[in-house]
Amino acid sequence: MSSDELYTNTNRLDGPRQDLSDAYSLPANFLEIEVSDPVTHGVGWRNRFTDYAIKVQTNLPVFKHKESSVRRRYSDFEWLTSELERDSKIVVPPLPGKALKMQLPFRKDEGLYDDAFIEERRKGLESFINKVAGHPLAQNERCLHMFLQEKDLDKNYIPGKVRTL
Amino acid sequence: MNFFGFGSGAEIEILLDGADKRKKVEHKISENKSEELSVYYDGETVSGAVSISLKPGGKLEHKGIKIELIGQIEILYDRANQHDFATLTKQLASPGILNQSKVYAFEFPHVEKPYESYFGSNVRLRYSLKVTVGRRLTDLNKELEFVVHTLSTYPDTNTSIKMEVGIEDCLHIEFEYNKQKYHLKDAIIGKIYFLLVRVKIKHMEMHVIKRETTGTGPSVYHDDDTVAKFEIMDGAPVKGESIPIRLFLGGYNLTPSMRDINRKFSVKYFLNLVLIDEEDRRYFKQQEIILWRKGDVPRRQINSAIEESTQRFGA
Repeated sequence: MSSDELYTNTNRLDGPRQDLSDAYSLPANFLEIEVSDPVTHGVGWRNRFTDYAIKVQTNLPVFKHKESSVRRRYSDFEWLTSELERDSKIVVPPLPGKALKMQLPFRKDEGLYDDAFIEERRKGLESFINKVAGHPLAQNERCLHMFLQEKDLDKNYIPGKVRTL
Repeated sequence: MNFFGFGSGAEIEILLDGADKRKKVEHKISENKSEELSVYYDGETVSGAVSISLKPGGKLEHKGIKIELIGQIEILYDRANQHDFATLTKQLASPGILNQSKVYAFEFPHVEKPYESYFGSNVRLRYSLKVTVGRRLTDLNKELEFVVHTLSTYPDTNTSIKMEVGIEDCLHIEFEYNKQKYHLKDAIIGKIYFLLVRVKIKHMEMHVIKRETTGTGPSVYHDDDTVAKFEIMDGAPVKGESIPIRLFLGGYNLTPSMRDINRKFSVKYFLNLVLIDEEDRRYFKQQEIILWRKGDVPRRQINSAIEESTQRFGA
């Protein structure tokens, strides 16, 4: 036992005093994405699809709009996944399943357009997009910004990085 | 052991001089066994006695008795290649017959013990005394392990570690640790200062990582072991906040840092600062620290000083 254990060690390195405006202002990490309002479009077996509203609210300067709302379908999420996997070097979380079985004819329920299935998929997509959009490296990818904030998805875009101004 | 005339019929025991007064430490001797072993330092004399006790009426014919002091490095994936960096031999008796129990004194004066005993996951450095009674067919052996500690003095330069790190436009922090070299019972005093927080942080931990490096050249093998996990922050900070760190190393099982021991292995320690966000993403920064063993301050001196002053007041 050394002599400096004879008293209680209360040493600390003190940081600078926090600025009051920093202490009370809103945190700079706000990002919420909601996947909601599923709507099934089209008629017939081949042309029907469901899309969802993607509502973004954020204060991250990397995003061009503080609030936005676009409509996206499941295949758009698949496109986003493939773009990120190709360019971003991040491990993209898995999408909720493709549900091939649900597309077979002569089912008892409505298959892909069953409410319970759509709700489950909506939840899955919401957690997927929140994970992806919160990732610091993904936030630099142009495809994510296009997916979240531009009305139409231009699949022939030029891949690249987005910079904060 | 001794039936039908086979077996040894002799018990060998190694007794170290002043073993009861010597400092002892709990030291691992195999994967799941540890023992109290005597501690020696570099340059100390290792002396003691070997006692060979025979059964009454028994006798032992031998081709010489010797004692060796061995310091060896054992690398696990290369078991056959044990490396002895020190061997000292003393002949205790020339060939003959033992008719009765006998005690031999031995002394290895001022033995050089350059390295600290170490029990790692891939490499072991151990010191032992080994008595061999040479016989026609099988030798009789007895081994006694002891521990060597290497002491250091307070390092000449011991600047603080201060660094600004982060992910561009996401997370900028500045961290500071008061020293670069800590002794084994030291406390790490530090702080984290947040310059920019655009991720949702859940908590922050400090890990002490031990990295054992064995082998040389292309066959280098690393083994990382997280020796300590210590939470230093809970919840999301904002810009301008600073988080104090006070981590006491005494509570963990640490060894001094070792560099290129006999060109066989190294043991390094790192402080790993880990920030975990709400999606369980991890942001970390590793920083090497040097650990060293400080000699024990003789406690008796302090106590006697206190006693003296008390007596003076009492009189």
